[in-house]
Amino acid sequence: MPALLAAHLLVAALVPGLARRLPRGAWYLAALPPLAAVAWAAAQVPLVLRGGAPREAVTWAGTLHLVFAARLDGLSLLMVFLVSGVGALVLIHGAGYFHGGGREAGLLLAFAGVMFGLVTADDLIALYVFWELTSVISFLLIAGDGREAERRRAAQQALLTTVAGGLPMLFGLVLLAAESGTPSLSGLVADPPHTGPALVALLLVLLGAFTKSAQGPFAAWLPAAMVAPAPVSAYLHAAAMVKGGVYLVARLAPGFAGFGPWRPLVVSAGLLTFVLGAWQALRQTDLKLLLAHGTVSELGLLLALFGTGTRTTGLAGEEMTLAHAAFKSSLFLTVGALEHATGTRDARRLSGLGRRLPWLCATAVVSTASMAGLPPLIGYLGKEAAYDGYAHAPFSWRGWALAALTLGSLLTAAYSARFLWGAFARKPGLADSSPARPGADALGPIWLLTAVSLVFGIGYPLTGGLAGPYADAPGLVADAHPPYRTALWHGLSGPLLLSAAAVVLGIALHLARRPLAGAAGRLPVPPEGRRGYELSVRGVQAAAVWLTRHTQVGSLPAYLTVLLLTVVLVPGGSLLVHRPPLPHVVPWHSPVELPLALLVLACCAALVVIRHRLTAVLFAGAAGYAVGALFLVQGAPDLALTQFLVETLTVVIVVLVLRRLPAGFTPERPHGTFVALRACVAVLAGACVACLAVSATAVRQSLALSRTVLERAGETGSHNAVTALLLDFRALDTLGEISVLLGTAIAAGALLAHRSRRPPGAGAGEAGVFRAAEWDVPRERWLPEADLLPGAERSLLLEPVVRLLFPAVLLLSCHLLFAGHYRPGGGFAGGLVAGQACFLRYLAGRRAGAVLPAGVTPRVLAGGGLALAAAVALAPLAFGAPPLAATELHLRLPPLGTVSFATNLFFDIGVYLLVAGVCLTLLCALDRAEGAGGAAARLQDREPAG
Amino acid sequence: MTTLDLAMAVTVGGLFATGFFLLLDRALMRVLLGVLLLGHAANLLLLLSGGAPGRAPLVPGHGRLADPLPQAMALTAIVITFGVTTLLLALVHRAWQLDGHDEVRDDLEDRRIGTVHDREDAAPPAGPGEAAGRTGQGGGGRAP
Repeated sequence: MPALLAAHLLVAALVPGLARRLPRGAWYLAALPPLAAVAWAAAQVPLVLRGGAPREAVTWAGTLHLVFAARLDGLSLLMVFLVSGVGALVLIHGAGYFHGGGREAGLLLAFAGVMFGLVTADDLIALYVFWELTSVISFLLIAGDGREAERRRAAQQALLTTVAGGLPMLFGLVLLAAESGTPSLSGLVADPPHTGPALVALLLVLLGAFTKSAQGPFAAWLPAAMVAPAPVSAYLHAAAMVKGGVYLVARLAPGFAGFGPWRPLVVSAGLLTFVLGAWQALRQTDLKLLLAHGTVSELGLLLALFGTGTRTTGLAGEEMTLAHAAFKSSLFLTVGALEHATGTRDARRLSGLGRRLPWLCATAVVSTASMAGLPPLIGYLGKEAAYDGYAHAPFSWRGWALAALTLGSLLTAAYSARFLWGAFARKPGLADSSPARPGADALGPIWLLTAVSLVFGIGYPLTGGLAGPYADAPGLVADAHPPYRTALWHGLSGPLLLSAAAVVLGIALHLARRPLAGAAGRLPVPPEGRRGYELSVRGVQAAAVWLTRHTQVGSLPAYLTVLLLTVVLVPGGSLLVHRPPLPHVVPWHSPVELPLALLVLACCAALVVIRHRLTAVLFAGAAGYAVGALFLVQGAPDLALTQFLVETLTVVIVVLVLRRLPAGFTPERPHGTFVALRACVAVLAGACVACLAVSATAVRQSLALSRTVLERAGETGSHNAVTALLLDFRALDTLGEISVLLGTAIAAGALLAHRSRRPPGAGAGEAGVFRAAEWDVPRERWLPEADLLPGAERSLLLEPVVRLLFPAVLLLSCHLLFAGHYRPGGGFAGGLVAGQACFLRYLAGRRAGAVLPAGVTPRVLAGGGLALAAAVALAPLAFGAPPLAATELHLRLPPLGTVSFATNLFFDIGVYLLVAGVCLTLLCALDRAEGAGGAAARLQDREPAG
Repeated sequence: MTTLDLAMAVTVGGLFATGFFLLLDRALMRVLLGVLLLGHAANLLLLLSGGAPGRAPLVPGHGRLADPLPQAMALTAIVITFGVTTLLLALVHRAWQLDGHDEVRDDLEDRRIGTVHDREDAAPPAGPGEAAGRTGQGGGGRAP
């Protein structure tokens, strides 16, 4: 079965391209996969009739229990004949109808494949996937190439309605799978869970089935979809897609028909739609719309029959499904042929076609008779079984059901007669239409479909045999004794009389349409679903706009306030409600903490009130240093080291940028009331987080993890547990982190170095505001790049110091890099120190690239670091080890003795290079931003770095 | 039973409160300072939840060693905060370059979405569906 499905989809992908060269051949080719499916299904008939059910499963995601399973039992067999048989015929018909149209051929074939998948799926999730795919393809087919507004609107309505039902259905299916413990459809029906959640799930699934099969209030999309070409309507909206809901109800009925409100709900909704749809059909003059409303009505009957869940109604449902597919597809194609031949499908403009197109008329008469339920056609078999089924139904309100069935059949007979009259009769006062003759490939499928009505009607044992396996399966209620047998003649019985009365009265109703027209005008008009659809769509839009207007104010502080209040209310509220155990509280662990904590809090207080940028930055830096000292007190020297280095760099960079910005914050002073509100929110959120800290400390459990890290740090070749974590236990994390760091540095560099076309804003404190003394200009050449600076910008103090310090600091950075495995340090700290050395040199010489050899840009350095780290991470794969695995190497170097190091040292070198490169990237960007007009930048641009 | 250091908890709370307060400001520079403080606060919080302080986690060590796991996480966080800070700083700089200020003003486009119907009433043509319908009926309207 999966192979057949794949064949459908593969050919569907090929057909559109082929149709350009072979406009007809492509359609015939497209008909092959459905024909193959029919042939395959025919080969399975003996097995299935013996009660077998071939099943194939393809494991898709085994660990998630996602298996694509397909199963062919009696019901599926019937549905495969239906969807694939009608599909093949429609595709053959399409060759004459469309004249090319590869898009339609491909989509119709894909639809046939998806439908094949839907009716054979034995897995709830696969069923849902196929279910929604039919909606999507139906949308594409109805919309056509999207040039006509009416078709777009109809396609949208069909999609929205069916998907709106599909989504709740997915929820229902998942719930059902959870309740039954199996995702298998057959398993679910064999052992149905009758629980509360299953009831909710079932109602949701029924919602999906009702929207798909256009029931009750969801019926409007089907008549609207009649703007699609006739073959599309014949296939999707008569035989296949709309049968999806019917199929699902039929599939679930053996397990759930007697459960909860299923039976009254499905039967009453179905029969109500049966009657109202037929009444609507009777009022149409557009022949296609007449058929569409007729389809809605028939689908109602089918749902009611399957939903009843007795043996006889199940039998009736199957026979009616087959009958409906045959006669309705044939009639849709007939209307299409008429429209093709005459240019109209309006009953008021067609006249005298019965004589001009006698063969078409003859087939239409047979199909219509089947629709009305006349013997010896298959529609008659189905109707008889339906009457019998409701006559013996095991519930008290069967009388009502029987009455509704009779009334609906009466109206069906009436609109059947109306269809024939409208399409073929000669009407007084109207000139005969002069049709073009339809070709053989247009008529052939119509004949074949009509023949099905006839053959399965006369050959009733065949029909009954085909419908048997589903009806006789356990689950359906056995109602009549002896069991109902499909036959053309059951003797003169109640059902026969009701059936005959319905047909006779229905034809009489059509004949008496003129005298009754006045009375009919006074009858209430059945509700139109389209208005309801439009109102609900507009309502959703209005609600969305209302919500947007009241929540989306466009103010960042307002959004953040909402977020913070949520933090306070939800996690804070749950803290209050659950009251986690309090840890043992001590005022402080070490008295040194106290002054540091006070310093941090004082800096915080200062930051709140300060309105001067640079001062604020300095206070933030002080807070950072104090926090770094607190890290040290807590026993985290690595953290403290990194914090000190980062803080220094941050302050230097911020000051370098801020030099050019106005001194005060903009806006100068915020509004008073807002400040109070902000303060309240901030204090609340802060207190909330502090409480969180308290409770998190108390409930910490998995200390074992940290103990493992400490115990096994030695295996990584690193005696510093933090370095071991960064380079080994959580090395992937580190790799991701340095990538992010590089990304932010590139972005920040691009933003900083971007030169505005506008002149920079006023109030910038340009370099040169401070007048330098002449004696400060150094005479010796301490730094090569500083010689190029104008004398006023040089400093005798700075240049020799930098000259001396720069190599020493670089050496220190290398020491930190290598010592990180044994002592505090590591790639991050080393890289930051190297970056600081570059910053120091920049302050003296004002050239960012001076430290790099020619040809190496900061981005090359940073990118090379990342590449090295990634290469080290992937290298173990070449040796068959998992990525990021580290091994210890021992090298014998004669003067030094044996040198041992772990391979993750190279990873750390990558980190070092990257961090240093990031610092240099920022530095170069600052340099360019700084020197938009400055001499240093001009010089650097002209001369390669070196 | 783990012990809690009250001084540290108060410091974390104070840092978070100040960070949030600055984050709610309209000056992007103060938002930046808020992010900086929030970074400190989060790192301290990580460390605090690791339990009581101990000696540096260098093995083989003597006595009670501090928990290395929060330290490694906080170290990562410090470096990321550095990246975020520089990016925000670049934004401040660029905002000043373009507009002469770094104020986070209200996003007017954001607010206009809510008033789509008011403008629709004032001046047709209206929403996309309706407009497309009109051109389609006029003939030759392309699909949106």
